[in-house]
Amino acid sequence: MNSLMGLINLEHEYDFLEELTYFRCGAAAPFGGRYRLIDFTLSNMVNSGVEEVAVFTNHKYRALMDHIGTGADWELARRHGGLFILPPDWNDPTDISRGDLRHFHNNRDYFKRSKADHVIISGSQFISNSNYKKAFEYHLERDADVTCVSTHVEEFKPEHVSQLRIENNDEDWVTNFTNDQQNPHLFTGVYIIKKEILMKLVDECIAYHKDHFFFDGIKANLDKLKVQFYSYEGYSAFINSVESFYRHNLNLLNPENYKSLFFKNQFVLTKISNEPPAKYRKGANVSGSMFANGCVIDGEVSNSVIFRGVKINQSANVKNSVIMQRCTIEKDVYLENVILDKDVHVTAGQTFIGSKEKPFVVAKRKTI
Amino acid sequence: MKKECVGMLLAGGEGKRLGLLTKNLAKPAVHFGGKYRIIDFTLSNCSNSRIHTVGVLTQYSPMVLNKHIGIGKPWDLDRQEDGVAILSPYTAKKGGSWYKGTADAISQNIHYIDQYDPEFVLVISGDHIYQMNYDKLIEHHREKQSEATISVIEVPWKEASRFGILNTKSNLEIYEFDEKPENPKNNLASMGIYVFNWKTLRKYLIEDSKLKNSSHDFGKDVIPAMLNDELPLFAYRFEGYWKDVGTIQSYWEANMDLLEEDLSLSLNNKEWRTYSHDTNYPPHFIDKNAVIDNSLINSGCWISGKVTNSVLFERVDVGDESSINESILHPAVRIGKNCVVNRAIIMENVSIPDGVTIDGSEFDEPVVINDENIYDFTN
Repeated sequence: MNSLMGLINLEHEYDFLEELTYFRCGAAAPFGGRYRLIDFTLSNMVNSGVEEVAVFTNHKYRALMDHIGTGADWELARRHGGLFILPPDWNDPTDISRGDLRHFHNNRDYFKRSKADHVIISGSQFISNSNYKKAFEYHLERDADVTCVSTHVEEFKPEHVSQLRIENNDEDWVTNFTNDQQNPHLFTGVYIIKKEILMKLVDECIAYHKDHFFFDGIKANLDKLKVQFYSYEGYSAFINSVESFYRHNLNLLNPENYKSLFFKNQFVLTKISNEPPAKYRKGANVSGSMFANGCVIDGEVSNSVIFRGVKINQSANVKNSVIMQRCTIEKDVYLENVILDKDVHVTAGQTFIGSKEKPFVVAKRKTI
Repeated sequence: MKKECVGMLLAGGEGKRLGLLTKNLAKPAVHFGGKYRIIDFTLSNCSNSRIHTVGVLTQYSPMVLNKHIGIGKPWDLDRQEDGVAILSPYTAKKGGSWYKGTADAISQNIHYIDQYDPEFVLVISGDHIYQMNYDKLIEHHREKQSEATISVIEVPWKEASRFGILNTKSNLEIYEFDEKPENPKNNLASMGIYVFNWKTLRKYLIEDSKLKNSSHDFGKDVIPAMLNDELPLFAYRFEGYWKDVGTIQSYWEANMDLLEEDLSLSLNNKEWRTYSHDTNYPPHFIDKNAVIDNSLINSGCWISGKVTNSVLFERVDVGDESSINESILHPAVRIGKNCVVNRAIIMENVSIPDGVTIDGSEFDEPVVINDENIYDFTN
């Protein structure tokens, strides 16, 4: 039976979330009340039957490692296979590779040891609840070398600007990846590739001193490879700026989006915590919001995403905001269009108001 | 491998007075507090008290309970050499039998305890809600050079006749055990938590197992036998919240107690955490027109109606214009639109159709709804 191994490649992801990525890589940024961005792609892989996943990460990965741990919460703590977090460990003195090819080169044994014949590769910025089994079947059915997961966007938003667009021929083979801003057929950054071809392209790229596997290995060789697309339909989001991060958090408060991201196919997995159920005290006043466990709510909350263990004291008012783990908001505080990173303490009587386009962001562990 | 103390957790009881709640479920496995099962409190106490060797005695309807305990991971009791062990009744060369009483359950597992050659054995049960440091109890036991120490809690004098009362001297030495006395001489009630010197207990258990007329119970047989022989037995005063959730009324009350602002037991206590399995459901969703007041709500819930003074487990749906008050909704309960639920306990997976009213205040104790008796309310 053909099987699939996973790779989450963070090499070319930048710290695009300003204050939120001062101390962590983007993949480890909290999202959606209890998750981190990487959870979505990791869960999709696991839910698609992938039993071994490697993560190429190159900097600020402490929070990421703390979050994923042994992979047990994704059923990836295994005797064989399971999870491999692979930070830079350039051990080969004859190594001439560059860019993400250094990861491929120095972790060649991860691919060699696996019995899988195909590899699913993804970044962390594409948020969806999808099952890649059908894409994989389609990949095998047409004996493709590469199958790119794509999506059609109905309305262009700033986060789409940098995404590659797919052009294809009548037989649904990909003919080009472009930056045509009018083309709504977007590449999600998720693709399945034959392992044998992956290894061959890696060697070629290294020999020619290339530094970007997807551009130099796949995009540059479209004429030689059988590259197709598999179109994903359903709720999805690209998170690549504070603005898109904020907007998509609040978008989850639309019941339809919430249901299709969280309850549609399978559950999104994340690190297990041990928080008790959220506690609403007498006089709490909440509406149109989502709350994770461990919260203690006395005040007023509307149209907001509240992460685990947040305390909102009486007569505090939180509107259109994203409040991350273990923040404390004291009495008589007014917050509107605000993002508080973890462990922020807002002292009594403060008022902070951001705008929809430019929310007011407070970095981790600050007291304000 | 020698261990100072082995915990033996009695979890085999049927909990008859919990009615429908224990129809297919051992009492320690009954859902509690929006996320937990009753036994989580005792297992968390063990873990927090650094008692890492725990034998759990199961008997009645154990499937869910066994699965819940598993290898003890949520309580950090998944360990190489000790950890948690589920001890079910068994047959052997000489035959076998069900556990006939609390003491018999331990007697039949003497070989389990002997493996660890402990100095003390802690006997606890899986059907109480409390947060307690057993370390302090053991310390007290050691200081008093006691043979057996029983944890006690002060109860109101007028209620003392409902409990097993320990009559003590001023130094807390026990001279008499009064099971449900008509005229109590003391108001220190036994919590069913004991520490024994293993050598002594072992001897008494073997003797007791030979007695034909014994009910093989700690409170009725073993402790009285020790008192009779004038062994030094002491009481240990526990201060804090403790509740035996033996009846539907007390089960409901204990859940409602969690909503109290100044309860000494706190699920949010970071120094004394209560552990359980965690689910991977998303944060709960509170719709625009929802009203929530004084309630506990777990993940995966979807609330469109009104929820007051209630405890909601994971994946509960409350539809538009419905109103839930003083109720406990177990996992995956669905409440339709325009429903009224008052003073009720709705069991796992039950769906209440639109427009149904369930008012438990009409009954002596809160009403329990399962997937069978729901039809009495919908027709």
